[in-house]
Amino acid sequence: MKILVPVKRVADPENANKVKVAPDGSRVTTDGLEWKINPFDEYAVEAALRLNENAKSAERLGETIVASIGGKDAAQTLRQTLAMGADRAVHILAEDDALDSFVVARALKAIVDKEQPDVVVMGKQAVDGDSNTAGQILGELLGWPVASFAASIETSDGGKSFIVGREVDTGVLKVKITAPCVITVDLRIVAPGSVKNGATPAEHAYGEGARYASLKGIMAAKKKPIDEQPLAGLGVDVTTTTKYTKFELPPARKGGAKFVADVNELVALLKSEAKVL
Amino acid sequence: MAFQGVDFYGIDDLLTDEEKLVRASVRRFVEAKIVPIIGKHYQEGSFPLELIPEFAELGLLGASLTGYGCAGMGAVAYGLATQELERGDSGIRSFCSVQSGLVMYPIWAFGSEAQKERYLPGMAGGTIIGCFGLTEPDFGSNPTGMLTRAERISGGGYRLNGTKRWITNATISDVCVVWAKLDGVVHGFLVPKGTPGLTTRKIEDKFSLRASVTGELILEDCELPEDAILPGVKGMKGPLSCLSQARYGIAWGAVGAAMSCYETALDYAGSRLQFGRPLSGFQLVQAKLVEMVSEITKAQLLALQMGRLKEAGKLRPAQISLAKRNNVKIALDIARVARDILGANGIMFEYPVGRHMMNLESVITYEGTHDIHTLIVGQDITGQAAFE
Repeated sequence: MKILVPVKRVADPENANKVKVAPDGSRVTTDGLEWKINPFDEYAVEAALRLNENAKSAERLGETIVASIGGKDAAQTLRQTLAMGADRAVHILAEDDALDSFVVARALKAIVDKEQPDVVVMGKQAVDGDSNTAGQILGELLGWPVASFAASIETSDGGKSFIVGREVDTGVLKVKITAPCVITVDLRIVAPGSVKNGATPAEHAYGEGARYASLKGIMAAKKKPIDEQPLAGLGVDVTTTTKYTKFELPPARKGGAKFVADVNELVALLKSEAKVL
Repeated sequence: MAFQGVDFYGIDDLLTDEEKLVRASVRRFVEAKIVPIIGKHYQEGSFPLELIPEFAELGLLGASLTGYGCAGMGAVAYGLATQELERGDSGIRSFCSVQSGLVMYPIWAFGSEAQKERYLPGMAGGTIIGCFGLTEPDFGSNPTGMLTRAERISGGGYRLNGTKRWITNATISDVCVVWAKLDGVVHGFLVPKGTPGLTTRKIEDKFSLRASVTGELILEDCELPEDAILPGVKGMKGPLSCLSQARYGIAWGAVGAAMSCYETALDYAGSRLQFGRPLSGFQLVQAKLVEMVSEITKAQLLALQMGRLKEAGKLRPAQISLAKRNNVKIALDIARVARDILGANGIMFEYPVGRHMMNLESVITYEGTHDIHTLIVGQDITGQAAFE
């Protein structure tokens, strides 16, 4: 099947303390940040690759297209996903500050209209803004069904529909949705047995997590096409709906008392300092 | 938190996206698969054979060669991969260096098409393991004096006699590249495991490179067919060109071991309190840490420019010698000082510094000792060979 996977690059979540806010609070400054692919998007790429392969015979069963909307350096993120095994990429050039979930969803709809994928598989949210909205808005704009927070995906009816396991408070909710559709994935989608496509033998053991870009994959990715075009060229409304009023860093942590002499002092501190009693 | 790399001088800006991607992939692999198990293997004196298919899947075996299932990476990307491997353990890097630089490379460079087809795809795929037999019990720094002899057998083929010692992968190899004198001239021979007259013996009781297999190859009237000889090279140029490949990787790898020791020492010194403040608040400790990061930065730039020269086809063996000599020495010094900063904890397997320190005692000796590289560079700049 043909799968579209939108991906975003985010400030390396392991280096979150490097994130700085402009003095006037208008924006997050990006100088000196290390960029990484949004983890949930990386899991979406892995899920798409698993859907589109027979892992035993290494046969490819369909095309996996990755897309990113962002500045020039988003190409590196696309290159990484191509190295993991995606077939080709679409890069919509835009400044991060000019984007919100609505603009992103409209741009993605334009890509979907052109590429006509059977399914859009994407991360449930980007770990920078944590909005968790782009996938749902895209489904609405397309008029396609959406299964969010997918912890498992199983193809059914010969790939015409999917049974998606969603982890909810009371357990796993299984929904069946018909292609074309949008599936947003949660972190457990990269557990060894989370994706079943009817081609990879059930006993095949995938590793835990998303696959590495192999060195051969990295070399092969150099030859895979990245179709680059400006956001303005898509002919979609680029007016942002979300207005950011102010950014501020969380207050610096105050060093607290680490050692207490006895239970009485602890209780007193829990009342006076921590204010939890 | 995962290892973020040591980059005091913004050297990352000199790397391409592709090179950074290679490093990130290998780094992640090392963090996930090597770091958690390597201490145990080192203690037990065992090589993690189960990782070989994963080395192959990642594309580490013969990574800088082209064709035959190899990744065909640039020299700097290959160097960065090597650096990350040795940040895990010198023994792991040694395995990949030997397979790639010392066995696959001579077959790729000097082998017949039939030899390449027979061995290279399987070696890149990790199903055929190789070793390199040059050093002998009595001929280390002076390999030209080797005693191993090949003689022609009437009716075709060769008969080999001799002993090779200090051979990485000796007892786990499916094929040995053995260098022997035929009519007084050095030639390379491919000796498959199981050839009558070939026996291998593991060298036990090492305190260094314990997670790597070291052994002996004993050739007693070992008869080989006509097509066992590497047809493309004769003389010491054959083995020396292989050593250039492997030494290139070692110069990068040593930086990885040094980074591991530095990061460990920096972290430890920042959290260990004595006299009411962290160790890293004391001038003596700061001086040690600054020396480390300073030497690592220089070694990184040396390795990187060596890689750029290699990519441009301009790298000379003496330049590799300078980088191998420098980078392994600073790595060993850094490991020893890091061990000191960690105090009593420095002798524990819980931390990697003691293991790196012991490993680097081998690395400074093999593939040309520190002193031999001094003399190679000395010969290069003065025009006078002090060792011939």
